[in-house]
Amino acid sequence: MAVGHPLDPYLRVDRIPTMWCPGCGLGVVLGTLLRAVDRRIREGQLKRENVAFVGGIGCTARMSLYPLFDSAHVAHGRAIPFALGVKIVKPEMKMIVVGGDGDIAAIGGNHVLHALRRNADLLVVMVNNMVYGMTGGQLAPTTPRGLYTTTTPYGNPEKEINMVRLAAALGANYVARGSTTHPQLLEQMFYKALAKRGMAFVEVLSTCPEIFGRHIGFRNPADLYLELRKRVVVKARPSVEESDYSWEKGFVLGEYVDRDEPGYIDVYSEYLSRVLGSGG
Amino acid sequence: MISVLTERCKECGICVTVCPTKVLEIGSARNRRGYRHAVPARPEKCIGCRLCEYNCPDFAIFVEVSAG
Ligand SMILES: Cc1ncc(C[n+]2csc(CCOP(=O)(O)OP(=O)(O)O)c2C)c(N)n1
Ligand code: SF4
Ligand SMILES: [Mg+2]
Repeated sequence: MAVGHPLDPYLRVDRIPTMWCPGCGLGVVLGTLLRAVDRRIREGQLKRENVAFVGGIGCTARMSLYPLFDSAHVAHGRAIPFALGVKIVKPEMKMIVVGGDGDIAAIGGNHVLHALRRNADLLVVMVNNMVYGMTGGQLAPTTPRGLYTTTTPYGNPEKEINMVRLAAALGANYVARGSTTHPQLLEQMFYKALAKRGMAFVEVLSTCPEIFGRHIGFRNPADLYLELRKRVVVKARPSVEESDYSWEKGFVLGEYVDRDEPGYIDVYSEYLSRVLGSGG
Repeated sequence: MISVLTERCKECGICVTVCPTKVLEIGSARNRRGYRHAVPARPEKCIGCRLCEYNCPDFAIFVEVSAG
């Protein structure tokens, strides 16, 4: 009988239990991500020393502190440019960015825009818990219209941002939406995303019972989990139009984009060899 | 064979909710942080689906399915 959890070899176990609240979905995101990385390592397609995690600020970004891999915890919204900087200098690295909807889609919005446009060779995991968890539940750009948060006591009047549509429009090679209520599917998405060149963008719907749940009447972690599970539907090959969501209509999970265009590193390698090569 | 690492459990109850055969329940014993941790009350009912392991956010449960 084994004494430890099967993922312990990939965790900084001295930091477990995590800082996350009871029932927070973030631990499920980390677990599925590590299982996918483990599969790629065991199959010989990834080297452990070439995998690194980068997070900005927020409960989600804290995820970068738990894996027993190289990692960096950087300024709010700046995980993507930090990771791309490493990737340019060390193209053999597999850079995994973990960030919340605030970190990636709000303060980091400009960075994600251009990383997507460049098809930058990164795996970006954006956890959409529909709120700013760490700072006490303020409205996020992803909060569905009508929902209550700390800063919208009369219901959010604004339209929510759909990052799947943005990522697909700007040219990421892989765009998927998963959910912590479907961890096996999420692991499959991460597994696939890890093998892509160019940008792999995975949005993960997750539960924040402590802050988000409390404001909408589902403070109990299992209740919020069941509520989210009721509102998601899995589709085999959904169209990008189907990715628009609302709390009432629900959320479509699936792989929206899977293509193989040259990534940022390919483009610049070709460019450099052309320019430097002809310069003599 | 189901194992609960009780000191990691935060009493969220998600494992109790997802287990299709009701193996787990929240017990009365508390861990060092004061959480009433999950216990495998009916381990003989485990079908080895590992839903609890996959859905536990705290790396506190794992299931070993014996070979053969
Ligand atoms: C430059 C800067 N502005 C604002 C903050 C305050 N702040 C910390 S975390 C956060 C938002 C977190 O939301 P999200 O990225 O969705 O992460 P979550 O906690 O929900 O996982 C904000 C606004 C900060 N730390 N730095
Ligand atoms: S505030 Fe929300 S997102 Fe942050 S750890 Fe707690 S439950 Fe998770
Ligand atoms: Mg958030």
